[in-house]
Amino acid sequence: MNNVPKSLQYSKTHEWVRRDDDLFTIGITDHAQAMLGHLVYVELPEPESNLEVGQECAVVESVKAAADVYSPVSGEVVEINEALLETPQLINEDPYGKGWLFRIRPYENEALKLLNSEQYLKQVVSEAH
Amino acid sequence: MPFIPHSAQDIQEMLATIEAANMEQLFDEIPAHLRVKNVLAIPESLTEMELGRLMRARAQQDNNLLCFIGAGAYEHHIPAAVWEVASRGEFMTAYTPYQAEASQGTLQLLYEYQTMMASLMALDVSNASMYDGATALAEAVLMAVRANRKNKLHRILLPRSVHPFYRQVVKTIIGQQNIQIDDIPFDINTGRISLAVLKEVAAETTTALVIPQPNFFGVLEEVDALTDWAYTKNVISIAVVNPLAMALLKPPGQWGKTGADIACGEGQPLGVPLASGGPYYGFLCCKKEFVRQLPGRIVGRTVDQEGKQGFVLTLQAREQHIRRAKATSNICTNQGLLVTASTIYMSLLGPKGLRQVAITSHQNAELLKEKLSTIEGVEVVFQSPRFHEWVIRLPKPVALVLRQLAERKMQGGFNLNSMYPELGECLLVCATETKTEEDIRKFVTLLTSILSSTNLLDKAEQGGAHAKTYL
Amino acid sequence: MPKLIFELSRHGRCARAQVPRHIPRAINIPKHFLRQEEPFLPEVAELQVVRHFTRLSRNNFSIDTQFYPLGSCSMKYNPRGVHHLAMLEGFLNHHPLSLDINSQGYMACAYELQEILKAVTGMSGVSLTPMAGAQGEFAGVAMIRAYHFARHDLERKEILVPDAAHGTNPATAAQCGFIVREIPTDTEGNVDIESLRAAVGPQTAGMMLTNPSTLGVFEQKIQDIAAIVHQAGGLLYYDGANLNAILGKVRPGDMGFDVMHINLHKTFATPHGGGGPGGGPVAVSDRLVPFLPTPIVVQRSGLYAWHSEKECPQTIGRLSAFMGNAGIILRAYMYARLLGKEGMERVAEFATLNANYLLAKLKAAGFTPAYVNRRASHEFIITLKTEAKEWHVTALDVAKRLLDYDIHAPTMYFPLLVPECLLIEPTETESKEMLDIFVEALIQILHEAKTQPDLVRTAPHTLSVRRLDEVKAARELDVVYKQIIDPL
Repeated sequence: MNNVPKSLQYSKTHEWVRRDDDLFTIGITDHAQAMLGHLVYVELPEPESNLEVGQECAVVESVKAAADVYSPVSGEVVEINEALLETPQLINEDPYGKGWLFRIRPYENEALKLLNSEQYLKQVVSEAH
Repeated sequence: MPFIPHSAQDIQEMLATIEAANMEQLFDEIPAHLRVKNVLAIPESLTEMELGRLMRARAQQDNNLLCFIGAGAYEHHIPAAVWEVASRGEFMTAYTPYQAEASQGTLQLLYEYQTMMASLMALDVSNASMYDGATALAEAVLMAVRANRKNKLHRILLPRSVHPFYRQVVKTIIGQQNIQIDDIPFDINTGRISLAVLKEVAAETTTALVIPQPNFFGVLEEVDALTDWAYTKNVISIAVVNPLAMALLKPPGQWGKTGADIACGEGQPLGVPLASGGPYYGFLCCKKEFVRQLPGRIVGRTVDQEGKQGFVLTLQAREQHIRRAKATSNICTNQGLLVTASTIYMSLLGPKGLRQVAITSHQNAELLKEKLSTIEGVEVVFQSPRFHEWVIRLPKPVALVLRQLAERKMQGGFNLNSMYPELGECLLVCATETKTEEDIRKFVTLLTSILSSTNLLDKAEQGGAHAKTYL
Repeated sequence: MPKLIFELSRHGRCARAQVPRHIPRAINIPKHFLRQEEPFLPEVAELQVVRHFTRLSRNNFSIDTQFYPLGSCSMKYNPRGVHHLAMLEGFLNHHPLSLDINSQGYMACAYELQEILKAVTGMSGVSLTPMAGAQGEFAGVAMIRAYHFARHDLERKEILVPDAAHGTNPATAAQCGFIVREIPTDTEGNVDIESLRAAVGPQTAGMMLTNPSTLGVFEQKIQDIAAIVHQAGGLLYYDGANLNAILGKVRPGDMGFDVMHINLHKTFATPHGGGGPGGGPVAVSDRLVPFLPTPIVVQRSGLYAWHSEKECPQTIGRLSAFMGNAGIILRAYMYARLLGKEGMERVAEFATLNANYLLAKLKAAGFTPAYVNRRASHEFIITLKTEAKEWHVTALDVAKRLLDYDIHAPTMYFPLLVPECLLIEPTETESKEMLDIFVEALIQILHEAKTQPDLVRTAPHTLSVRRLDEVKAARELDVVYKQIIDPL
């Protein structure tokens, strides 16, 4: 049931990270969107704001729950997915594609302490028990 | 025992089912030394008949006075149908409409209320109400703070022409956060906010400006200019208004070129009795871009599984039961029953009736002013246009005069002495549509005689009178 | 479903008898202050209004018509006589800013209620002004803050909250500028004492707690908890949501609490009104008396008077434009007088009897209590975890199906730590027959879950609407009738 692409890296708090040249794209995992249910609202970070690893930077909201998104890397927000403001269900429909949340330019020498797909999947499975 | 239906046999059967020997055993998990030992210091129970006699006597004690006090709570005629219908058990004893399917009556009513209130304010959205006008203003300020994510420190321009108790409540509620309140003085001649003063006080970190209409003195503020100024300074404008007056006066959504961003105030004038100050309800409306910052309950229209129209509480994920420490507010209630009464009231009067209530109140207050200003020594303060309240200055101590009026079953107004000492011996008087020419004449005659008397007792009474005033 | 009242509107219609007479006098307001277009209010006749809203009322569940086994809400009978007397003209026409000499009738009631609340809580001071439980909580936590500040003890930035607490607890602490720290619950539903010990320190401002806890069991180590928090220099807050369970039996003041709020709309039977008004007076121990919110009624030389900022310079301030929900205060006062000393002592007894009876019957019928070894207080939890797994029927489905049996749903999915839970509180005013009907309904629904689960999953079937599309409501926000503006 869980779609966890091998090409991405993951945080323990269910964010995914994709490296495109010198930028990172960040979103929430398929598992996270499935747990939250139909999303109705997304609050994104301010463009040009600076984020630290683990900082609360976005909120995804369904009818019955609201979850914080924690930045998996430190850096400057360079772009946000404005389409989500009108159509938050893009996250439900395509969490790793059209449902991305924001792009960040990491500070130099940023060493990522993230999980690979296998480790993340293991965590998801262990949380279910 | 009152309100406990159990027969002796019920109790025996129930204890047997539980396998408890007696009632005492039900509390066996509570450490014995914590149990109440001394019999509670509470009077013996009364029957409903005995209670009725006591309460009628107490109600009678405070009754039969002619009331010219306003100051945030206004006496208006309330059609009998309003509370006859609102007191129906199905409204009065219903729970919060979380179970939407079992609460369509309350939910539809709230949706109708939101529509009426938003329209009265000429704004896009309304919530389902707050505790009262003062807390609605505090929440409006917090909305503005949340909407402005750029400022680290927030400064709020809060004019002294706003109700002094509202200002105190705002300070209590937001005092725990990183928000600075700048008191804005009023122009001593007009009783209004002066733009020149605003410009001096405003700073980079100013987040919001509060604009009252009418203000606490009954005076109409130059709302267009104030709203436009706020807009050009990127300051959020918060209107705090009398909702009844908005049937006659320009509503917040139409102030200046852009309209005010948020409007709030006391819903009491719309069908809620004075009742010693509560329960009333606060209303809170805003432009649609602020809807996510709107605290409290909001009802939305949707459809059921079969496509039939229905209503639900919506945007609940912002609320405390889900967001806990990150909620927009700790509020978990509105003032449902008062909103029920107000919605019925607005429906009965309609746009024309509501406007007529506002006009008649204004006209009566004008008549009152005319008559009062003929009394020797009485001075009308602030020669500005107003709605239905006036500030007058008396040649004698206000506290003393109010006391002497009260002895003659007349409530002459609100003493501004402790709140606005710079104004001297000033009284805030109000007349609504409930006052007849005869009432007004009676008030003026009494006041004239009290002011003209040179009774030596006046001075002796003065000390006592001060001690007996509210605040 | 009745139409919207706007759909009944016809131009020029009005409840004529309700409109004041026209006076031939000028309006002394310059034109630029005036409204140009009419607001969008319905234009309807008096009969239409009365019929419309009466019909709406019939589309509601209410205590007067249905049983509400709603945990944590104490949905007891709201005495009619109390409402009737609170609506006496003398009370309704009384202006909040009347002179004290013209307010003695109301003030006597408020003063006596303050005294009654002190007696039942074992506290030293009471302020009636908070207008709801959440505002009482706010006042309580603000007083804790003010207390530490007054002692120049400025490093206390944390409020401890059990993980099972009501959502308002952490929300309130955050609103008062505190950092919230959650304390876990042990397997028997008590606060985990070791975790608490590890959590307290010089940063602890206080702890918020209810007892019996939200898990429906009495916190037996309450005095240890109080000692740990007090030794660390913190204060203990009692969330009065569950006061009905101990009224007349145990007093928060005796358990070591420093400050609490009381939900008048729960324990003191004031009506919920479809979501308010409530009443949330606060009661405090000696050391917090100076910080109580104002105004407060005092008695001196035979007359009642209001004490405000002037007399109480350390107060946290004013919480309402006037003096709180006076009409609710009156109703709570009258309820307390009708109960009297003896009735007050019976409240917890019969609330507990009803809860334990229900629990025993449901256990016998095969339902699973969340805490098998514990005595129920005035409420208890059953978990439908097994049923959910076996028949794919959730607590929500069972609750919705109960509506078809003409019983209001219990509290669901709270406390958050018990899966698929129903929190059930019958209150003392329900009869044994009603409780038996409720048990029969649940047994029947369990049977339906096994034999025709779809019936339960798609409930309710008998009300004016079926399950509503909440996702659509949130995504396509329609919160005002669209004749004035388009949906957002």
